[in-house]
Amino acid sequence: MKKHFFKNFIENIYLFLMFLFLYFPIVILMIFSFNNIKSTSNWGGFSTRWYVQMFSDDALLGAFGTTITIAIIAALVSCVIGTAAAIGIQGFRSKKLKGLINAVTNLPMVSSELVMGVSMMMLFLTVNIPLGYFTLLLAHITFCVPYVIVSVLPKLVQLDSGLYEAALDLGAKPFYAFRKVVLPEIKPGIISGMLIAFTLSIDDFVISFFTTGNGVNNLSIYIYSSVRRGVNPMYNALSTVMFILVAILLFVINKRSSSKTGDSPIGVLG
Amino acid sequence: MFKKTLSYPHLVWMVLFVIAPMFLIFLYAFTVTDDGGTLSFTLENFAKFFEPMYIKILFNSVWIAFLSVVFCIILGYPAAKIIADRDRRRIAMGKKATGLLMLFVMPMWMNVMLRLYAWLTILQPDGVLNSFLSLLGLPKLDIMYTQTAVVLGTVYDFIPFMIMPIYSVLIKIDDSVIEAAQDLGANKMRVFWKVILPLSLPGVVSGITMVFLPALTSFYISDFFSGGQFMLIGNLIEKNFKNPVGRNFGSALSIILMIFAFLSMHVMKIFNKSNRQMDMY
Repeated sequence: MKKHFFKNFIENIYLFLMFLFLYFPIVILMIFSFNNIKSTSNWGGFSTRWYVQMFSDDALLGAFGTTITIAIIAALVSCVIGTAAAIGIQGFRSKKLKGLINAVTNLPMVSSELVMGVSMMMLFLTVNIPLGYFTLLLAHITFCVPYVIVSVLPKLVQLDSGLYEAALDLGAKPFYAFRKVVLPEIKPGIISGMLIAFTLSIDDFVISFFTTGNGVNNLSIYIYSSVRRGVNPMYNALSTVMFILVAILLFVINKRSSSKTGDSPIGVLG
Repeated sequence: MFKKTLSYPHLVWMVLFVIAPMFLIFLYAFTVTDDGGTLSFTLENFAKFFEPMYIKILFNSVWIAFLSVVFCIILGYPAAKIIADRDRRRIAMGKKATGLLMLFVMPMWMNVMLRLYAWLTILQPDGVLNSFLSLLGLPKLDIMYTQTAVVLGTVYDFIPFMIMPIYSVLIKIDDSVIEAAQDLGANKMRVFWKVILPLSLPGVVSGITMVFLPALTSFYISDFFSGGQFMLIGNLIEKNFKNPVGRNFGSALSIILMIFAFLSMHVMKIFNKSNRQMDMY
């Protein structure tokens, strides 16, 4: 009993140190986001001036808008293309062809982000599409689709295709049967695929860095280029807001997935 | 229901935006454009890579990526093991998992640049770390702009990718296998070294591939933490592509990187196969 207690104690200390490592920087940012002076070591009194400055910085708000709209559009488009593709891939009888398609689908996930980014940049330059919002969106859809496919495919494999045929035999039109029989079964896969796509798109830096231009920035690129010019407490305020948003989002997802199927989008990522 | 045509938009998309760009990279890597704008075949882009300067950059980046992977395993494995043990115990009792894994993953969902920025404010010469040290009367630490800072940033950025696959393998280990080992007289240490560790290796291997390649190419981390003076292969590729004259060489570098990626994928596949055969005994 005593030994067990000791083991638990050591484990708790270890977990505590790991959480300290992970969260200490974030907590420091949050504290100093309310600092009245531009310092990360001295406290100059409480203030919300960095929050005010953040919400009046047009470049930052623009980058934030780009990030969110790109993420929403990319998640929706890749969700449609990916779900259709997952269904279509199941239709291929030839093992070889299926393997080839899967290999191509996995390519964006296994090859380095850097190579994806530079190769797409070369494509856009070669065919003379000016780098900007549109190319950024194309690039994001490209790296999102495979993740949707990967999360929908297992649901389709589990699906009893007899159900769909039974619906057809009973007189349902193909699309109606799909909507009423197939869709409810694969919905958890589609939703977690869409969530993965959304979060990947929001967080992306490397691919965006190469596929955007003409002053169109997403949040990652904006911070990357301005932080190198020096520390600005405005980013502390931004981090605090982002962290709280992420925490809320994760909480909602966790609630949803544990109450329903137990499929956590994080599990798929792992 | 499974109409093949449904997958065509995806396949066309992949050909246009994945295959065609890769093809362009190959084209650029093996050619050189002269003043008149005509392409001619050459291997000089690859030959250039073997200059001592670039070989040194490659070694540096492999070393940094290697260190990052090692620290991710050392720090991440025990964490994954502790959480998995607790979750298994709770699931065995019919309760919900602890949700501790979620806490490990959460920082990953915050923007990557903001995460690195957080460390920047700590490690700066007049940052939190040094003011804390001087408060204790200790000498200042100059971690910023060193290799240590780059490794620290890389580990911080990628450690969830090590913890998650290890956790997901550990959580699936069959209790009866562990009980069998205990029944046969193995003590806790032996059960760990002879049963749990070998069974969890596929998780470690997939963690390694998920950390090593990104660590090799994440040019933004070394930009942040070394102010651009510490070149990794990722920085080299980035610099070459941002400059129109460097794109042929940059393409050759990308191909070398892809070879690295596929080699590591292949090693992982072989490893997992031999591990599965072990399972059968």
